Formats: sequence, C-alpha cells, structure tokens
Amino acid sequence: MATHTLDFERPLLELERQIEELKRVAGEGAVDVAKELQPLEQKLSELRVQIYRNLTPMQRVQVARHPKRPYALDYLRSVFSDFVELHGDRLFRDDPAIVGGWARLDGQTVMAIGHQKGRDTKENLRRNFGMAHPEGYRKALRLMKLAEKFHAPVVTLVDTPGAYPGIGAEERGQAEAIAHNLLEMAGLRTPILTAIIGEGGSGGALGVGLGDRVLMLENAVYSVISPEGCAAILWKDASQRERAAEALKITAQDLLQLGVIDEIVPEPPGGAHADPDATAETLGSALRRHLAQLGKLRIVKLLKRREEKYLSMGALSGK
Amino acid sequence: MAWFKKERKPRTSERVKLEIPADAWEKCDRCGHIDIRDRFLRAFNVCPNCGYHRRITAQDYIDVFVDEGSWHELDAHLRSTDPLGFENYRERVELAMKKAGPLEGVRTGYARLDGMPIDLGVMDFNFMGGSMGSVVGEKIARLTRRSVEKRVPLIIVSASGGARMQEGVLSLMQMAKTSVEIARLRDARIPFISILTNPTTGGVSASYAMQADVIVAEPGAVIGFAGPRVIKQTIGQDLPEGFQTSEFLLEHGMVDAVVPRSELRDTAAQLLRHMAGRKPAEAAD
Ligand SMILES: [Zn+2]
Repeated sequence: MATHTLDFERPLLELERQIEELKRVAGEGAVDVAKELQPLEQKLSELRVQIYRNLTPMQRVQVARHPKRPYALDYLRSVFSDFVELHGDRLFRDDPAIVGGWARLDGQTVMAIGHQKGRDTKENLRRNFGMAHPEGYRKALRLMKLAEKFHAPVVTLVDTPGAYPGIGAEERGQAEAIAHNLLEMAGLRTPILTAIIGEGGSGGALGVGLGDRVLMLENAVYSVISPEGCAAILWKDASQRERAAEALKITAQDLLQLGVIDEIVPEPPGGAHADPDATAETLGSALRRHLAQLGKLRIVKLLKRREEKYLSMGALSGK
Repeated sequence: MAWFKKERKPRTSERVKLEIPADAWEKCDRCGHIDIRDRFLRAFNVCPNCGYHRRITAQDYIDVFVDEGSWHELDAHLRSTDPLGFENYRERVELAMKKAGPLEGVRTGYARLDGMPIDLGVMDFNFMGGSMGSVVGEKIARLTRRSVEKRVPLIIVSASGGARMQEGVLSLMQMAKTSVEIARLRDARIPFISILTNPTTGGVSASYAMQADVIVAEPGAVIGFAGPRVIKQTIGQDLPEGFQTSEFLLEHGMVDAVVPRSELRDTAAQLLRHMAGRKPAEAAD
C-alpha cells in the first residue's frame, strides 16, 4: 500500500502507522489496546472521508490514474458474469488496449467493451497503457454491430489517457476510426450504456463513449485534453497542471452540471481502489438500473432521445 | 475576393511590361520563389514554382466554390459563451473576432455550384486555429440538418487544430453532436463531400471531416488525429518524411483524392453530378 500512497493521503499514513504500532504491541503482550485503537480507527476513517470529499481536480486525476484502481477486466469479472472475450478487428490485428465480448448483467446478455490498462510494466507494454490504435476502435465497432444484430445492449467502460498518438496509429487512420465509430454509434439500433470508470481521455474516450446514458465514477475524470497537455499549450509549462485541471472542468460533479453525464456513481472513501468490491457493487447496481430503463424504450424513441441528448450539448448565445 | 475571377478573363501582357512597385512582389514560404503578387493570386495562392498551397481565408474558399452572387450566410449571429469561466477565453475570442471577423471558426451558408444548390461550410483557421467549440459544432450541425431538410448536397472545407480546449468537454461533445446530424444525412442519402486543407487534425478530423462520402485533400496539407509535435514527443523519434501529408493519407487509403486548389471547384461539381444522378457538365442546360 505504501508504495502507491498519493501525496494528499500522507496524513492517513501517519494514523495507519500508529494503528499498526498499537496492534503490534497488542500482539506481543497481553495489553488491551481496544480502547486506544477504536478512536484512532474512527479518526482514520473520518479523515479519509474528509480528504476524499475535498479532493482538488488534479487530485482526482491522480486517483483516476491510480495503479491499483479497478480496470475494465476487473469489473468484467466482478460486476458481470459469463464473460467471453472476443478478439480482433478482422482487418489488421487484435488491440489489447480495448477488450470486449459477450457478458451477462443480471442474467441478461450484453456486449461489454472497455479500455484496458496494464497492471504492471509488462502488461502495460502489451496494452499500451490503455491507449488504443485504430484497430481497437474498429474491434469495438465490430462488437457493437454484433450486439445490434442480436438485439443485445452495449455497455462501454471508458478508461484511457487518450487514443494513441503514434506512427502506425496515424498510418491506419486513427481519426477515421474514431469518426466512423461516432457515426455508427449515433444510429446504433440497440441501447448504449457508458460508464467512465477512470480516465476519460478526449476523442479516445468518446470513440466508445457516445452512450444513451453516460455514468461516471465519483473520482473519474473526463477531459478534452490532459491537464498536462493543456498547461503546456496555454502556459508553456506542464507543471501548471493543477491550474489546467481546475480550468478544464473535468470532474464528475462539473460534468453533471454541464449536462455531459447523467449520473455520478459514488466511490467508497479512499477511492475505488480502496474497496473494489464495494465499488463493483455500486457500479453494478447503477448499470442494471439504467439498462432496465433503456430496455423499456422502443428503438425509435431510444434513438430520438440519443440524438436529442447530443444535439442539446454546448453553450451558445445569439440563436 | 476578385482574384480568381480574373483568371477567366483573357490575360493582358500589358501590365507585366509596366514598372512593378517593390511591394507587388511576393515570396513563397517553402521554396523561396519570388514572383509578382498577381501571379500568386491568379494561381489561387498556390506557388507558381513549387505548388505550395498557402493558407487562404474562409471567404477565399467560398469564392472558389460558389457561383457569383449565390452565397447566403447562415447562423451569423451565433456566439460562444464562456461555459467554464475559462481564464482569458473571452479576451481570446474577442481578439479572434478582430483578427478573423465575427463569424467564428466556421462559416456556413447555402449557395450554388455550377447551378446546383449546395450547403457549404468553410472553417477558418485564422479564428483560434479553427478550433471546434460549441458554435462551430452547432453551425455544422444546423447546416447538415438543412441539407437533410432541403435535400441539398453538403460540402465542408475543414481547417482545424482540433477541439477548443477553453470549452472543455463541451467541445468534445460537438464531435458527437455533428456525428448525429451526419448520420441522419447518410440515412437520407444526401451527398456529402469533405475537403481537407492544412491542417485538419484532432476533433474535427475525428468527426465530420472523415465521415463524408468522398474525402478530398489539398496537396501538402497536414491531416491526422494527433498533431506531429505530440507524436514526436510521444514516440521520442523523428517522423518520416512526408508523414501525415495529404499524399501520405492517399497512399494509406484514407482519402479519395488529392486535388490542387485550382481544380477543387470542378472536382466537387463533377462528384456532385455523379452522386446526385445528374448529367455530365457538358450535357447540362
Ligand atoms: Zn514555392
């Protein structure tokens, strides 16, 4: 745990150390420490709640990028059941930065698709830190069309720093791949339910994120550009990322107010990684609830609402 | 505005013989070729020596495509607000309006091209790098809707560095918004031609610029998802010669044709006649 402690969690670390010390003493002798332990543990949990309630946007970015944070495949095992992974875009290769396949949510078959980061360096090299190439988006589209064919809803789990900016990605049409997905998702004749579970990195996120409903975990972020990238462009200084993170309005709360997302899925104190089971429980019930609602809509109405949802986005004057 | 019309008149050699004032000379940014300004203008601001396509304004492109006197501007009153309260955004927009005019990052309107009705959108790189915020997204969406409602072909000339970050995720959502209308256009089987000019990257290339029935690029334009600088930084090595140019995209199958500026109008007209089931130009009228 200590290796992944975020800077703003340091006050917690000191309390945790005291609690461990007490427990160690208790373990050695016959000293009863319960009386001293209980207030410390209460203080720890209160402090954690307090810290996490007041996170700055950049601190949320840190939580969203936390190496222990649950990823798509974790949820595919915890929230979903009966998952069969499907590979490849049938055009070029399989992109492990995006995973997908048939799965069940409460017994109902869905097509689950998500960005997938790696847990360690080796896996991250394979999965390219969750940054997909065009073939990743094309695989995702292939699976969405498959879902449409068999009248299954699509559930997408978004967690990417962005679409990969590289030579191969450009050669094979990164822009076209995302553009094509948006065009097809706009008219896909089956419900699309999206949850931003970690990083919502710009076009790379939207490329699988044009949902009928868009949910967002409490500490997830969704942004048109990374705070570092924005700071580098506007102020020629990547260390101004706090300022950029604040200005870009990237937190779940901000995006709910802007009408970009539909619901915030609360995380346990300490973030999703502090209690993955509890997070899975909450996310699962939110997904089931929205899926049930979307499933009641006739397809014409579903598409009309999807269109209206996105056509209404933006801020204008002078109609 | 009038420079391309001149081309249709017979050239007089008279002027060349006259004394040419010093400020009438222009230099090509790429090859250094020096020539009389008039010759650059006559060639649609393409270098007569190396074919380098200089940046031209949105108005210049409108003049390229539309029949004289047929342009009707749409949605000229739409303005960005500052939904995020982003520092200096209002000032930047005001500055852009002084520099490029009040019509934001895209101008939209209806007109005629070789007598055929068209809806035309032209992005203006001079307005905050042609960045797509709420106004650009809305104008493109409304223009596309008009194309569906009036059953008129759509032409969009793109020039953009991508989404406008000062409007945050709302800018990103313009990709979704425009895609919704372009999907309706596709379902209605209305022809859509996308013209890519230098540069077309980011959120614009990853939405309507790449969603057309036919995609045409001007020679030498930089077109891609990520900008070359970001890619270079990410991979930590130099980029291959000609990477992300129109010709590179043609080779990799991402655009239908690379067409010089002087032929854009005729190419667009020819394509529209094919897709709208009309007779060839010679047989028309
Ligand atoms: Zn030249």
